[in-house]
Amino acid sequence: MDSGISSTISALRKTPLNALHRRLGARMVNFGGWDMPVEYPATGGPSPGGLMAEHKAVRNSVGVFDVSHMGDIRIRTGKTPGGALAAVQHLSMNDAAKLAIGQAHYSAMLYPEGTFVDDVIVHRLGEDDFLFVINAGTREKDISWVRENVKGFDCVVEDLSDAYTQLAIQGPRAVDVLQKLTNTNLTTIKNYWFTHSTVCGLANRMIARTGYTGEDGFEIYVPGDTKTSEKVWNAVMEAGTEFAIIPCGLGARNTLRLEAKMALYGHEISETINVWEAGLDRYCKMEKPEFVGRAALAKASASGLKRTLVGLEMIERGIARDEYKVFDAAGEEVGVVTSGSPSPTLCKNIALAYVPPALAAIGTTLLVEIRSQRAKAQVVATPFYKRPRKAASQAVTS
Amino acid sequence: MAYPANYRYTKEHEWLDAKDGVATVGITDYAQSELGDVVFVELPPAGTKLTKGKSFGTVESVKAVSEIYAPASGEVVEANGELHNKPETINSDPHGAAWLVKIKLASPAELDGLMDASAYEAYIAAKGKEASA
Repeated sequence: MDSGISSTISALRKTPLNALHRRLGARMVNFGGWDMPVEYPATGGPSPGGLMAEHKAVRNSVGVFDVSHMGDIRIRTGKTPGGALAAVQHLSMNDAAKLAIGQAHYSAMLYPEGTFVDDVIVHRLGEDDFLFVINAGTREKDISWVRENVKGFDCVVEDLSDAYTQLAIQGPRAVDVLQKLTNTNLTTIKNYWFTHSTVCGLANRMIARTGYTGEDGFEIYVPGDTKTSEKVWNAVMEAGTEFAIIPCGLGARNTLRLEAKMALYGHEISETINVWEAGLDRYCKMEKPEFVGRAALAKASASGLKRTLVGLEMIERGIARDEYKVFDAAGEEVGVVTSGSPSPTLCKNIALAYVPPALAAIGTTLLVEIRSQRAKAQVVATPFYKRPRKAASQAVTS
Repeated sequence: MAYPANYRYTKEHEWLDAKDGVATVGITDYAQSELGDVVFVELPPAGTKLTKGKSFGTVESVKAVSEIYAPASGEVVEANGELHNKPETINSDPHGAAWLVKIKLASPAELDGLMDASAYEAYIAAKGKEASA
C-alpha cells in the first residue's frame, strides 16, 4: 500500500493550535507549506472523527476548524480619507463601495490578464478601512502584490496574518454554540456580515458569519498566541458538547466546499484561468471603471470562452480525482478535472472540470480517465449541494 | 488492533496468510487508518497472475487513492466480492472480513523476505516516530 499522502516535514509552518492538533492525534499533512490537520482520529475520542464523520457533523450539526493558516491584510486610510477604498477598488474585482461597514463579500485580486492572483473575502471595517482574508499558500505572493499595486494610492497596508488565530465554527448549530460564548445577539448578524464583540471574555474580537463549507457558520478572529488560542478552542468544544461538536480537518473542509462548488486556488482558479472561465461573473463588477484585470476581461468576454467550469457526476463506477483527463463521447480529450471526490452528503462521486462550452450543457455525457480506463460521467447542475434555507425548513415543519 | 502472529507483512502494509500453498492477502490496520474512510475497492478477477511487488489493485478513501502491491507472486483464485458494496469493511475488519484476494502461491520461498508481526509492529512504530519528529 502506498497512501500517496505527503508526510510531514519539520520546516513546515505551524498555527498556534498545532500542538493541540497533535495531542488530539490528528493526521497532519503539508498544505501549502503548513503543517495542518487533515482529519482527526476515527476512534479513541468521545466523539470519533474521520473525514466522513467530520463532514456529516458540519452538514447536520456543527464542527470546528482551525483556519489560522489563512492570511489577513488590512488596508486602511493614509493621510487623507478615501485612499484605502480607492486602493481596494483597484485591487479587487468586486465593488467595495457597495459594502456597508460591517459587511463582507467574496472577490478576487486579478492579474492584468484577468486571471487569478487569489480569491479573497473583503471585509469593510470602517468607512476607509478594509480587511482581506486570503489563502495560506499564496500569502507572500498576495502581500507583495498588494504592496506593489497600491503604490499610487494614499493608504496603509498591514500584514496581520500572524496576529490572529482564526476558528471556523460551521454547521446549522454553529449559531447555538457560539451564542453561548458571546453576548452579541448572533441572529442579528446576516450572512456575510460581521461585528466586533466579546468572545470567550476577549474584548473586541471579529465575529463574521462566513465560511467555506456551504453551511451556516461563523469565523472568529482571536489573538494568535497558543495559550489564548487553546483556551478559545476548548471553550468552543465545551459549548458544543451538547450538539456533538467535533474538530474537523482540511479533508472535510475540501469535500464540504466542493459540494457547495466553492473555488479552491490552484484548482478551479489559478494564474492561468480567468474570471469568465471560472464562472465567477457575479463577483466581478465590470461597471466599475477600473480594476487590475478589467481590460483583459472586457476583451475576453467579447471573444468567447474556450473552456468553462462544469459539475460532473460519475455514472459508471469510479472516482474522478484532481487532474484526471476528461474525454467527449467520441474519445477526444476535451478537458481536465480540477477537484474530484466522493461526496459524503450525496453518496455520489462528483467533480468539477473545465470543458469546452459546447459540452457544458446539463446532461452531456463525458468520460473521465481513471487509471487508463474511461468511466462515464454526466454534466449536472451546480452547486451539488445547497443548504436548506430557514424559511423553507420552517414551511416544511409547520 | 492486534497484528495476527501467523500473518506475514510487507513494508507497503499488506498482510499475507499462507495455508497449503494458498495465501489470503489484505491491507493492515495501520494502512486503513492512514487512508481513512475507504469508499472504493478495485480488485483483479480470478485467474489474474500477480507478480511480487507489482500493483494489483486500488483502495480509495474519500481523500486518497492507494495502490495495493502483491506481497508474493501467484494466481488469483478468488477476489473478495463483498468489498464492492461494503468497502468500509476495510476500516472495521482489515485483518479478517476485509481480505482482498486469495492467491495460489507461485513460489512459497518468496515469503521468507516478509516481516513477522513483531517486526512489522516495530516497523510502524518507527514510522510513527519519524512522522512526529
